[in-house]
Amino acid sequence: MKNENLYNYILGIADNSLILGQRLGELCGHGPNLETDIAMTNINLDLIGQARSYYQYAGKLTGQDKSEDDIAFLRLEREYRNVLLVEQPNTHFGYVMVRQFLFDMFHFMLMEKLQHSKDETLVAIANKGIKEVSYHKRFSSDWIKRLGDGTAESNAKIQEAINDLWRFTDEFFQLTEADKAMVEVGIGVDVSKLKEDYYKKVSEVLEEATLQTPENKYFTKGGKEGLHTEHMGYILAELQYMQRTFPNMTW
Amino acid sequence: MKKNWPLWEVFVRSKNGLEHRHFGSLHAADADMALENARDVYTRRNEGVSIWVVESKYITASNPADNGELFEPAQDKIYRHPTFYDLPDEVKHM
Repeated sequence: MKNENLYNYILGIADNSLILGQRLGELCGHGPNLETDIAMTNINLDLIGQARSYYQYAGKLTGQDKSEDDIAFLRLEREYRNVLLVEQPNTHFGYVMVRQFLFDMFHFMLMEKLQHSKDETLVAIANKGIKEVSYHKRFSSDWIKRLGDGTAESNAKIQEAINDLWRFTDEFFQLTEADKAMVEVGIGVDVSKLKEDYYKKVSEVLEEATLQTPENKYFTKGGKEGLHTEHMGYILAELQYMQRTFPNMTW
Repeated sequence: MKKNWPLWEVFVRSKNGLEHRHFGSLHAADADMALENARDVYTRRNEGVSIWVVESKYITASNPADNGELFEPAQDKIYRHPTFYDLPDEVKHM
């Protein structure tokens, strides 16, 4: 493939949206109440919509007429490039909101920078996506503040979720080979430069929510290189089932 | 949840220039959450450009038992409709 780095770079962004969208989709009909259920499903659909745009673009780059469905549904686990954070399970609502918040804060900063990419298609996707992501960030930040500054029980549960998910945050800022190549030609975003600002902004929200910013320095990574946690196989089993059982099926 | 969140009434302006219309109700813990919930529940199909929310308890409603005295006297007073005038053709949109 001629544009292999660009292709991999796009998947690195798109797979985060796909897998987090799939996770949120699992909650459809299981939200704590009707309003939050619809809100989470809306976010899910925003993310899947963004993933579609990326995959359509990536499909063209392959030169083999690959469809968005081929890319979304027919890869092997090792070929998915999403960060480990987004594949973590839905344990309770507070946990889901922390996962969302930690991702949204990064996602928004990435979209901001991607709007200045030299690749016109990526700029167009980012321009459209940033308004959605801006709302996601507002929604999840509000819930972090509500639950953190809520009851003793909600505060404890949220703090526990933050402490648990914190180890996945550093991975956002690691550069893959594709990242480096795309940064060099002005298409990709140098995510390592977002790190300082990210932790500053996250800490500000946590402080407002009367929560502690974890101090642990142990971080885990691997998703961007295709090395996923044990949850990924189950996600893909459900995600890919229809396409693998009924190849080329459409709605 | 020991207690349900209070109920809110949602009003949406579908286009600039039109008035806000009652769209429905929802549950939310406070006004900020009510706005976000209204956005997610009632405007996700591009229905609006502006949202008002008001807690349902602040709405005073007429009592259906009073319908007789409140509304029936108006029923036989059709002359209150402006339908007895001949309008010139030049006047449009009346």
